Amino acid sequence: MKDFIIPTDDRDMGTPASKSDKMVTLTIDGFDVQVPEGTSVMRASAEAGIQVPKLCATDSLEAFGSCRLCVVEIEGRRGTPASCTTPVADGMVVHTQSSKVRKIRKGVMELYISDHPLDCLTCAANGDCELQDMAGAVGLRDVRYEEPKTGGFVNHFEARDTGGDVNPQYLPKDDSNPYFTYDPSKCIVCSRCVRACEEVQGTFALTIEGRGFDSRVSAGAAGDDFLTSDCVSCGACVQACPTATLQEKSVIEMGTPERSVITTCAYCGVGCSFKAELQGDDLVRMVPYKHGKANRGHSCVKGRFAYGYANHADRILNPMIRDSIDEPWREVSWEEAIGFAAQKMRGLQDKYGKKSIGVITSSRCTNEETFLVQKLARAVFGNNNTDTCARVCHSPTGYGLGQTYGTSAGTQDFDSVEETDVAIVIGANPTDGHPVFASRLKKRLRQGAKLIVIDPRRIDLVKSNHIKAAHHLALRPGTNVAVVTALAHVIVTEGLYDEAYIRERCDWDEFQHYVEFVSDARHSPEATEMLTGVPAKDLRAAARTYATGGRGSIYYGLGVTEHSQGSTTVMGIANLAMLTGNVGGNGMGVNPLRGQNNVQGSCDMGLSRTNCPAIAMSRIPRCATSSNRPGASRSTRSRAFASPTCWTPPSMARSRGFTARARISCNRTRTRNTWPRALRRWNA
Amino acid sequence: MKIYVPRDSAAKALGADAVAAAIAAEAEARGLDVTVIRNGTRGMIWLEPLVEIEEGGARRAFGAVSPADVPALLDGTLEGLGKVEDIPFFARQTRLTFARCGLIDPLDLDAYEAHGGLTGLRRAIAMTGQQIVDEVKESGLRGRGGAGFPTGIKWQTVHDAEAEQKYIVCNADEGDSGTFADRMIMEGDPFTLIEGMAIAGLAVGATKGYVYLRSEYPDAIEVMNEAVRIGRARGLLGADVLGSGRAFDMEIRVGAGAYVCGEETSLLNSLEGKRGIVRAKPPLPALEGFLGKPTVVNNVISLATVPVIFEKGAQHYADFGLGRSKGTMPIQIAGNVKHGGLFETAFGMPLGELVNDVAGGTATGRPVKAVQVGGPLGAYMPPSKFDTPFAYEEFDGQGGLIGHAGVVIFDDTADMLQMARFAMEFCAVESCGKCTPCRIGAVRGVETIDRIAEGDGGAKELLVDLCETMKDGSLCALGGFTPYPVMSALENYPDDFATRKEAAE
Repeated sequence: MKDFIIPTDDRDMGTPASKSDKMVTLTIDGFDVQVPEGTSVMRASAEAGIQVPKLCATDSLEAFGSCRLCVVEIEGRRGTPASCTTPVADGMVVHTQSSKVRKIRKGVMELYISDHPLDCLTCAANGDCELQDMAGAVGLRDVRYEEPKTGGFVNHFEARDTGGDVNPQYLPKDDSNPYFTYDPSKCIVCSRCVRACEEVQGTFALTIEGRGFDSRVSAGAAGDDFLTSDCVSCGACVQACPTATLQEKSVIEMGTPERSVITTCAYCGVGCSFKAELQGDDLVRMVPYKHGKANRGHSCVKGRFAYGYANHADRILNPMIRDSIDEPWREVSWEEAIGFAAQKMRGLQDKYGKKSIGVITSSRCTNEETFLVQKLARAVFGNNNTDTCARVCHSPTGYGLGQTYGTSAGTQDFDSVEETDVAIVIGANPTDGHPVFASRLKKRLRQGAKLIVIDPRRIDLVKSNHIKAAHHLALRPGTNVAVVTALAHVIVTEGLYDEAYIRERCDWDEFQHYVEFVSDARHSPEATEMLTGVPAKDLRAAARTYATGGRGSIYYGLGVTEHSQGSTTVMGIANLAMLTGNVGGNGMGVNPLRGQNNVQGSCDMGLSRTNCPAIAMSRIPRCATSSNRPGASRSTRSRAFASPTCWTPPSMARSRGFTARARISCNRTRTRNTWPRALRRWNA
Repeated sequence: MKIYVPRDSAAKALGADAVAAAIAAEAEARGLDVTVIRNGTRGMIWLEPLVEIEEGGARRAFGAVSPADVPALLDGTLEGLGKVEDIPFFARQTRLTFARCGLIDPLDLDAYEAHGGLTGLRRAIAMTGQQIVDEVKESGLRGRGGAGFPTGIKWQTVHDAEAEQKYIVCNADEGDSGTFADRMIMEGDPFTLIEGMAIAGLAVGATKGYVYLRSEYPDAIEVMNEAVRIGRARGLLGADVLGSGRAFDMEIRVGAGAYVCGEETSLLNSLEGKRGIVRAKPPLPALEGFLGKPTVVNNVISLATVPVIFEKGAQHYADFGLGRSKGTMPIQIAGNVKHGGLFETAFGMPLGELVNDVAGGTATGRPVKAVQVGGPLGAYMPPSKFDTPFAYEEFDGQGGLIGHAGVVIFDDTADMLQMARFAMEFCAVESCGKCTPCRIGAVRGVETIDRIAEGDGGAKELLVDLCETMKDGSLCALGGFTPYPVMSALENYPDDFATRKEAAE
C-alpha cells in the first residue's frame, strides 16, 4: 500500500533527480550527503535540507544556469560555479554561503530589481513570488541604480520614460488567453516558461525574442499573442513562472489561495493528480501535483483550467423528485428522496419482475461508489443488471487481456514510458486524448526512442515539433486484425521472436500452434497489402523495429477497442508483446489508454455484468505488472497465446451475420469458469 | 613576369582591385607578358596595396601603390622597398603559421605544396591518433582564440571519448575589434587551415568538420568555399584523404552577426540552427558538443598552426616562446599606430618594444596613452606596464590578458571614461541575454558611467561593485571580462574619471 501514501514534501529540489545507481558522497556546509551520481550540487544541498537561492532552476526542468544566484564555493576549484549546473563528485566540499557568494547574490538581485516594477503590494504574485523570496533571502536593502541626469534609464516596466516618450522596451499585457495573462514588464527572462513548453509539454510554442536586454518571451511571430500561437493552454509555463509575468486570471481576481487539497482530475484516462487550491470553500486554481504518479507535476488545459463545472450554475445541489416525466422537479429532503426511490424501485420489481430494473454507473465514479452500486444490484435488487460505460469503451481490453495475461489491465505504469526504446501507438491520438501521457511520450521520443504509429489518421505524433514517427502504417479502417497478424507473421517467419522468453514465461505448446497459424502466407504483409492499404515494405520494417529495437511498449486506444473484432485485436497486440519478450519489465508492455479516469476501477469493482468485483485478483498468480508497480515479475506458464487472431475480410464483417469461423474466435460471452482457455484452432 | 597584387580585404579596402585592374590594362596596352597573381597579404597594412614584381626568380616589393603609379611601376622607375624579407617590420618576425601567407596564390594547391604544405598531413597520416595528440601536446600549443587552453589536452579528451561520430569545429567568428589574423590566413593561405583540421580529424577520430565563419567576412567565405571545393577535387578532403583510407570532409557555415557566437557553446548552438545563447559547462563540448557529440572547437590560428608543427616537428615550435607560452603568436597591431598589421613573433617580447619599436608608436606622433590588448574585453595597459613580456601568465599577472592578441593603440587624446563606457555599451549590444549580470549589468554599467561623468559621487563605488558582480557571476567571458577594460581604465586613468565637480574643486 506504499503507493497510496501521499508524500508531504513538496519542496522544489532545483534540478531533476538522477536515475543512476552509483552513489556519491560529498560534504555541504559541513553535512555529509549521499546522492546518486549525476545529481547537481543544488539538489544535493536540498537533500541535506539546505535551500540554495535560485530563480531559473526548478526540478521539473533541466538546469539552465541563467540567473547566477545559486553560485557556491567549492574547495579546490576556482571561481564561484553555479550549483545547478555543477554535478556532485566524491569528496567534494561545498560552501553554500560565503562573503563572496553573498556579494554576488546581492549584486544579481540588485540588477533584477532595477528592471522590475516595485508594486509588490498590489501585484497578483504578492506572497507567491520567488523574486520576492530571493530579494528577502539575499538581504537586498537598496537598489542603487538610478537614471543619469541626462536621461536614459533603460527598463521594461515604464510605459513612458521620464521625458514622456513611449518606452520602446515596454510591451503591454497580453490578455488574449481566457485563463492566464502574460505581462512582459515583470519578466526576469529566466526562460522557465520556454523550457517548460519545450521539455515538459513538448509544444515548443514559446521562445525568447531579441538579444541581450531586449530579450522578452514571445509566443510566436511578431503579432502573435498567446491565443493565436501554438500554445495549447496546458499551463506548464504559468506554473513554472516564478513571478507574476504568467499568472492565472483567477488568482488576479481572487488573490492567493490559503489551503490545498490533493485530488484527481475527472476528465480523461490519465487521471492527473492536482492540488486544488482554495480560499475557504472557493476554488482558486488547480495546480498539478508533482508527486502524481500519472502526471508528475504536469497537466493539460482540461484539468488545469476547465474546472468551471465545480461551481457551475447548472450543478444540482439538492435531491429532486417527480412522479412523472411531464411534471416539474420538486426539491425534497434526502430522506424523502431516498424513500421515494427505494419504494418506486421495489414497486417496479413487484409489478414487472425481478429483472425489470438495473444500474448503470459512469467510469468517472470512485471505486467505492461503483462497488456499492453493483452490490445494490446484486445483493438488494437480486439481479445481475449492472452496466458501465467501460463496456462500450474498453471491454475488449477486459476480455482480450484477461484471456492472454490473466488480468484485464495494462502492464506498465506511466513512469515506464521514460525507459522505453520503441513505442507503438495504435488506434489512439494521445496528443488530443491523453495529452499528459503524450507529453511524457514525446519527451522520451526526443531522447531517441522510436515511434511506430498504426492509425488511418496522420495524428500529430506522426510528425510534429522535434518528433517524427519512424513508421506510420496508415491502415484502412476495419483491418486492425490483419495488420497486427501481419506484424506477427514478420516477427515469427523472420525469426525475430524471443524464444528464451517464450519458453520460460509462456506456453510453448500453444506457441507452436500459433506459429503454424501466423506463418501462413495469407497473413504475410504482401498478401494483406491490397486490403489493408499498408505497403508490405513499411509493415516489415515496422515489425523489425519493434522486435529488435530494445524495450518495446504498445499503447492502444479506442481505435482498437471500439470496433468489431476489438477483442481479437487486443489479443493480437498482447501476442506481439509476448512474442518479443516485451512484457514484465520496465519500459515495456501493453497499455490500454482508457477513456475516463476510472475505467479500470469500474471494471475492477465488477460493474460489467460478466464479472464480479475484484476480477483482477484471480487464483492464477499475476503474470503482469499492475498499473502502479513496474518491474519484472515471475509468471507461471499460464500465459496462453490467445485464440488465433481471425481476420475477417471487411466484406464479411459488414454482413449481418458472422461466419462460423469468426464466431468461435470472437466470442465474448464466455464466463470465467472456462478460463484460461486452450488455444482454439482455426478450423479450415 | 609575375606581378603579385593582394586580394586580402584590407588591401582591397585600400584600392588593390583598382591597382590590379590598372596593371592588367597597362600591361596589355604595352603588349607585355604579365601574369597578375592575387596573393594573400604580407600583413603590413600601411604599405598596402603592396605590389611585388617577380622576375628571374626574385621578387621586388613596392609599397602603397595606386593606379596612378602603374605606368612607373611597369617602366621600372617607381621607388621600391627591395625584398619584402628585408623590410624591418617583416624581418623581425618569426613566421611559422603565416609562412606562406602573401607568398603564394591562396587557391594554388601546387604552390601550397611546393612551399611545405601537406608535409605535415602526410606525416600525420602515418601516425596513430594518440601519436598525433602527443605531438601537439609536446609543441605546447595553446588555444589562440583567447582562452589559451592547451590544445593537446583538448584533443586528448575528444580522442578518448567514445561515440559513433565526432566533429572538428573551427571558430572563425573573429569578432574582436582590432583583430584580423583569422581573416588574413583564411584569405591568404586557406589550405593551411584545411590541412590543420584534417590532422585534427585524424587525431581524434572525427570525419566531419565545420568552419563557423562570421558573416562579416564575405571574401574569406568565398575563398574558403573555393579552397574546400579544390581540396575535394584533389583528394585532400573526402572519403579517402590523400590516399590514407581515412575520411575527413568539411563545410563552411556562415554566422549571422553576433559577437557572442565566438564563444564556443554559443557557436555550437548557432551552428545547430538554434538561438546563439551560451550553454552551461559541464558538459564540455569536448564530450558533448555539436549535436551532443564529442567536438574539438579550436580557433583558426590554433588549427592553422598544426601543419607547421607536424612539418617541422613539435620541438621546433616549442623552442620558441617564454615560460608556458610556447611557440609564436600572430599579433595584430591596430588603432592609432604608425605601422599597423600582422606581426608573428615568439612569445616574450616586452609590450613596450612591440608598441614603440616594432609598431613605431602612434600615427599622430602623440604619446601613447593606453594599449588595449586582447580585444574589446581586454585590459588597457598603461606605459608603466610596458615591460610586461607578451605571454599568457605574465600578462595575467599584470591584470591583463593576451586573448586573440589584438593590440589597439591610443594616443593621449583618448578619453578613458568614454572607453570604459564603450566597453559596457559593447557588452550590452552583444550580450546573448541569458545571464543576468551581463544582460542587465551591461546596460546599468553604461548608465552608471554616465552618472560618473555627470559628477555623481556614489556612482564610482557602484561601478566597482557592478564590475565585481559581472566578473564573478557571469555565465561566460562576455560579461565576465567586460570589467577588464572598465576597471583597468578606472584604476590606471583616475583623472579621466575625476568628476566635473571634483575637477572644479
